[in-house]
Amino acid sequence: MSVTKKKVLIITPSRIIARGLASILEEHGGFAVVAALTDLSRENEPVVRDSMADIVIADPVIFGYASRSVGRNRISDITDAAVVAVPTVLHDDGAVKGYDDTIGIYDPPATVVSRLRSALSRTAGKDRDDSREELSSREKEILVCVARGMLNKEIADRFHISIHTVITHRKNITRKTGIKTVAGLTVYALLNNLIDPSVAE
Amino acid sequence: MRKNMKMADLVGTDYRLLTVIYRLGMKLGFGEKTVEETCRESGVNCDTFLLVANVYATDGYVPSVEMMTAASAIDLVRYLHASHSYYLEHEFKDIDGLFKELLAPCPPMQREVIMHFFDGYREEVENHFAYEENTVFPYVRSVAEGRKVDGYSIGTFEENHNSIDEKLNDLRNIVMKYLPPVCDTVLAIRALSRLCALEADLEKHTLIENSILIPMVNRMEEKCQ
Repeated sequence: MSVTKKKVLIITPSRIIARGLASILEEHGGFAVVAALTDLSRENEPVVRDSMADIVIADPVIFGYASRSVGRNRISDITDAAVVAVPTVLHDDGAVKGYDDTIGIYDPPATVVSRLRSALSRTAGKDRDDSREELSSREKEILVCVARGMLNKEIADRFHISIHTVITHRKNITRKTGIKTVAGLTVYALLNNLIDPSVAE
Repeated sequence: MRKNMKMADLVGTDYRLLTVIYRLGMKLGFGEKTVEETCRESGVNCDTFLLVANVYATDGYVPSVEMMTAASAIDLVRYLHASHSYYLEHEFKDIDGLFKELLAPCPPMQREVIMHFFDGYREEVENHFAYEENTVFPYVRSVAEGRKVDGYSIGTFEENHNSIDEKLNDLRNIVMKYLPPVCDTVLAIRALSRLCALEADLEKHTLIENSILIPMVNRMEEKCQ
């Protein structure tokens, strides 16, 4: 677990709960609340997507009674973040079953923090399952560019693809190799003879 | 974890506490003495020791407000500073030696690439530590003495406190997944074990800074005003 602050996005119609959570998380450090929404309307979906949140804390009440049991899936469609429920009304177990964890509104602050951490470690485990493939040839080309210090924009122009696609490739390269930093990727490229040592740096 | 338990029993449950007692300035050979007695004899605030020990022994440990109030920020800073020295003088030095030995049979290019990466990481860590030692720790000490310093707050540190584990994590993956086959496996295991131990220890170190030091100083800053 890297200890850069984890980004938290809160979705609850209750301002009291939103501010209460924000204050608990601020006090304990390690988390930063990036946005607090009162609902998950269509207009708010881009906010969730662009927040790059690590955790979404949502009150299942934001979904109508009939769609409550599949509400979590709607959040997953928008973001890969861990999703933690904070139910404020009487609910049946089905409504919170799909969530990575549940916070009770009477939980002490320490419990809230440890629930969030366990939800995070649970989703981190999921990522690792599908990281067994080799790099594709396009990914290797992009890795070489990254190792040579090219910016995302420059890489996008060279291959006539969007920056968004470059970022997706870079994410996949990191997921497959387990290497995050540019310096580390350069080492990978050199050890695997993807670049000529005289060209690097 | 209680103050009246035997220090030997406590350390026996988690060997990682050995480095904690060393960094707090305590020595081995505590015989049948309790945690409280051992701390007192070394002039260490016992609550600070328990706070740090709890972070090590309990995953996801969140200290209570009472624990944080009882502990000493000065001792905590002393501990963090001693940890920095320990990492640089012992851990990095040993790992450097292990890597040189491990990579000796590789072609010079591969050896240099990996050592260059390791040196780059060490430099990054040194800079990270130097900032904390020259700016953050002196600030905490003056706030602990009730003196507010203009132009700086622990919030500034909190905002800029980057994690230093990314390159270390990369290095571990590089050794594990892409090490040239000429390297000796036993040496590689030794180097990897040290890398993993360092990574885990640095994680606890950052956790102590983020979830104990920062909230502690936040409270003290409020009192200063």
